Amino acid sequence: MIGPRFVLRMAWRESRAGRRRLWLLTGAVTAGVAALVAINSFTQNLRVSVAEQARALLGADLSFRSGRAFPPRVEALLDSLIAPDSGAGRLARSGRRALQVSFVAMAYVPRTTGVRLVQARAVAGGYPFYGEIVTQPAGRWRALERQNGVLVDPVLLTALHAELGDTLALGNGRFPILGTVLNVPGDIGVFSAFGARVFLPARSLPATGLLQFGSRADYEAFVQLPPGRDAAGIAKQYRSALRELRIGIRTVEEDREDLSEALSRLGNYLGLVALIALLLGGLGVASAVNVFIKRKLDTIAVLRCLGATSREVFAVYLLQALAMGGIGSAIGALAGVALQQLLPLLFTGLLPVDVRVVPSPGSILLGTGLGLWVAGMFAALPLLGIRRVSPLLVLRRDVDPAAGRDRLARLALLPLALSVVALAVIQVGSVRDGIAFAVAIGVALFGLWLAARALIGGVRRWFPSRWPYLWRQGLANLYRPANQTVTVVLALGFGAFVLTTLFLAQNNLLREFRPGGLHTRPNLMLYDIQPAQQAGVAALIRENGLGSTPAVPIVTMRIKAIRGVPVSKLLPPSDSTTDSAAAPRQRERRPRPRGAPSPWAIRREYRSTYRDTLSDTEKVVAGKWWGREPAGDSPALVSLEEELAGELGVKLGDEIVWDVQGTDVPTRVGGLRAVEWRRFEPNFFVVFQPGVLERMPQMLVMLARADSVARRGTVQRQIAERFPNVTILDLSQIQQALEGILDRGALIVRFLAFFSLVTGAIVLVGSVSASRLQRIREAVLLKTLGATRRQVLHILVAEYTALGVLAAFASVALASGAGWALTKWVFETEFYLPALQLLSLTVLLIGLTLGVGLWNSAEILKRAPLAVLREE
Amino acid sequence: MLRCESLTQTYLSGGRPLTVLNDITFSLERGGFLAVVGPSGSGKTTLLGLLAGLDQPKRGRVELDGQDLGALSEDQRARLRAAKVGFVFQAFQLIPTLTARENVQVPLELRGEPAEARAQELLVRMGIGDRAHHYPAQLSGGEQQRVALARAFSIRPQILFADEPTGNLDAHTGATIIDLMVSLNRELGTTLVLVTHDHELASRAHRTIRLSDGRIVEDTGASA
Repeated sequence: MIGPRFVLRMAWRESRAGRRRLWLLTGAVTAGVAALVAINSFTQNLRVSVAEQARALLGADLSFRSGRAFPPRVEALLDSLIAPDSGAGRLARSGRRALQVSFVAMAYVPRTTGVRLVQARAVAGGYPFYGEIVTQPAGRWRALERQNGVLVDPVLLTALHAELGDTLALGNGRFPILGTVLNVPGDIGVFSAFGARVFLPARSLPATGLLQFGSRADYEAFVQLPPGRDAAGIAKQYRSALRELRIGIRTVEEDREDLSEALSRLGNYLGLVALIALLLGGLGVASAVNVFIKRKLDTIAVLRCLGATSREVFAVYLLQALAMGGIGSAIGALAGVALQQLLPLLFTGLLPVDVRVVPSPGSILLGTGLGLWVAGMFAALPLLGIRRVSPLLVLRRDVDPAAGRDRLARLALLPLALSVVALAVIQVGSVRDGIAFAVAIGVALFGLWLAARALIGGVRRWFPSRWPYLWRQGLANLYRPANQTVTVVLALGFGAFVLTTLFLAQNNLLREFRPGGLHTRPNLMLYDIQPAQQAGVAALIRENGLGSTPAVPIVTMRIKAIRGVPVSKLLPPSDSTTDSAAAPRQRERRPRPRGAPSPWAIRREYRSTYRDTLSDTEKVVAGKWWGREPAGDSPALVSLEEELAGELGVKLGDEIVWDVQGTDVPTRVGGLRAVEWRRFEPNFFVVFQPGVLERMPQMLVMLARADSVARRGTVQRQIAERFPNVTILDLSQIQQALEGILDRGALIVRFLAFFSLVTGAIVLVGSVSASRLQRIREAVLLKTLGATRRQVLHILVAEYTALGVLAAFASVALASGAGWALTKWVFETEFYLPALQLLSLTVLLIGLTLGVGLWNSAEILKRAPLAVLREE
Repeated sequence: MLRCESLTQTYLSGGRPLTVLNDITFSLERGGFLAVVGPSGSGKTTLLGLLAGLDQPKRGRVELDGQDLGALSEDQRARLRAAKVGFVFQAFQLIPTLTARENVQVPLELRGEPAEARAQELLVRMGIGDRAHHYPAQLSGGEQQRVALARAFSIRPQILFADEPTGNLDAHTGATIIDLMVSLNRELGTTLVLVTHDHELASRAHRTIRLSDGRIVEDTGASA
């Protein structure tokens, strides 16, 4: 019996001269493995960092969060939590508690007249208890407890042209800027683009005069428990009672779990992008092995003739493929570790933790293993053809080594497809998404393959026999034996497909936030205007020569009962044990029963308005609009946004009782509206019939338009000076912030997708070199027969242009389909095709194909006929 | 040692069946030396392929050392070749990526036998011991055929099939190769089947079968 020794020895000896040809196989898996190892290692770093920094992320053992000031009995509860354990005697240590009140406000620097929307955070009580807030100059955080002043985000200084020591106006308060905040554990840096953070001591809060009745603010109490008390137990004990008061509890462990899961999921999905590169590399492996085996037919036949079984010969070549794939994977893993060092740069400001970058052995092993697996699996498919190489080939040249259909090779596609699915499922950690991913890849590859076959068939069938000879010769290369059409279209087309799909997704996402009418619609939103300030604000806007819309009243409220059933009874019992921070997760994992209201919609705070006319961003889709008819004695009518009505499970005519800041207001659902949320205008889930809310505590919103940046600045500064409680959203700043964040996200995805293109190019180079020998012979024959170099070049240009056009159009068309599907089903918006950009992309792809093709064919043009004929 | 009955082979040519061999029957005793001659296209090489089990006949049967080749699978026939059969081809058919000695080692290693010393010994015997580490491309035609011969005899085959072994060699080198084959045939008792259209070469065989249009038209020196 022949042992593995023969196979091993033979594989080693036989590969000596042919290794150069297998380098393509090595290269094909390298880029994919590198991307996978980098992103998976980094994800592992994230998980470890979250675990290590979990306590610092919360800054305490427990946090209590509420949309209003804590009522006295909660204050009492907080006090009791930090009291020392009575059984532990007099020496027992007590805990500590701290408070943070967050709200949005306008910050203004009188010296530079700069003004900006900020997130103000008033802190007291020695927060954080764990971890450290890094300031510049160092140590200023603790100074905040004694000194009067503020610490700000560095970006705020830049935006306001301010420097340390300047006075910052916040409402009616004036504070010296003591320093900047460089790192706050748990905060995601880039979000400061929406509103820079300003930290001030809580004792300075009254001086600002900003937290008046009805103002929105978040109250968060942080608790450091006395030694020996169990945070999880406390959270469990009080969670449902506090929920009634709309207070959420978070523990370090829950925070860690949620964050770890969210970041892992992010990493896993990014890993999918890397996986694409690896799978594309698989195609490269298959194509390289296919070419390799064609060159080895004689050797295979001799081995078979000398008595080697087909299994042994198969093993010899599989071993070679695995060895080269292994080398490629190892190089890829090393490159991945290097790339991993770069990833923190790409993620700067996007993560709530400081990431310690260390190579993760698990991820390196996994990446190398996947590379090896892809090399083996994709090599095995063409290697199956070895079974059909007849030993007779040593005697007769005309034996077709693969006549007829190979059923086993077709069957082998099944395990290949299944393992791609398994791979995606493992990477993404979700069966559904893994299958969807694998199916999408399959559809894209199949589409590209069809396009390539259609081109081959089409050119053959409708061959332009009247075209000049050189074009005909080039086009004929597309379908002649040993043509490269399918490989090139698959390799290049797939990379291009991935990048184009990402581009379309990003483009459509950005468009979503870039509503039309940018040059005529309002671009400033002034809110939190007190009724008494309405006339003054309107006058100020008029004085600046700006147009504005009439003020819209806003009244905050919550739902008290629907159809006579109180809110507490509407929620499923199990829901009351979950925390609000974990609620999104719960919602996703456990689909709510049909018809049951969504906890989110039941519990949230509504900011509603009342009016007699419809705005132009909404239309009635059910029921009727009340018009000028005011509410009478019967319950007032409300009009709900149609999707909200679905979430609440209410129909026309249903009764809803609202708790409007302590007053019960019964209403009946009189109509449903479709609302175009994308427009930068005050849109509402709930609109009341006039006549009931007028006397309730309310504030007003006003829209204005200022074309120049300078004018917008002036208006904002004047408002901040005269009406410090009024907050102004500047659409162009929000726009910039959003685009900045999306661009950052897109950069990471594109960075990973780039490896697909690299792999595609390697595969392209490989498939071009595979047929180079044949092409050199052809070119030499043509030259011998009198063709000039120019004519040979012309033939090559014709061939690669046709290939490029096909690969580009097929991939862009497929990507448009994928982009459309993503936009429709994932982003749930209208799809927009940026035709001009896509056209430039198509031209670029054609150029790339032509470039790589000609670059690889340089030798064809250079070689002198005699030199090649001598070699024959 | 070798026996074939009613051997018929057809191939598709331009969509039509073409009969290449028609009803060939003969047998060859152990240690015999048979030359198959005939003009180009007479079916010599096809016959050799069928006798060595490299292909399956359309009709008829081949028995090699008492075993019916038709009853064996492709891999079982490969095993049989590894155990009992040697080959020499017109185009030498050395594996270009292996050195001379490694080429000789292949059949021995396929049998799991110690290979290096024996391969070297055979190369020395063929007069090319100093070329053991050269690749086929670095050897002359005659040297390549000596390597092929060493490979064929490395396993002390019971039967050796040679397809125009001197076809690519000059007359002097061809004669040397044939001398080597004949002496090995004598020493080891190996049965020789030689396909050639060289009459002088064929004349050294104990028996000659002449083919024309796929049929035996002459069989001289048959013992039976």
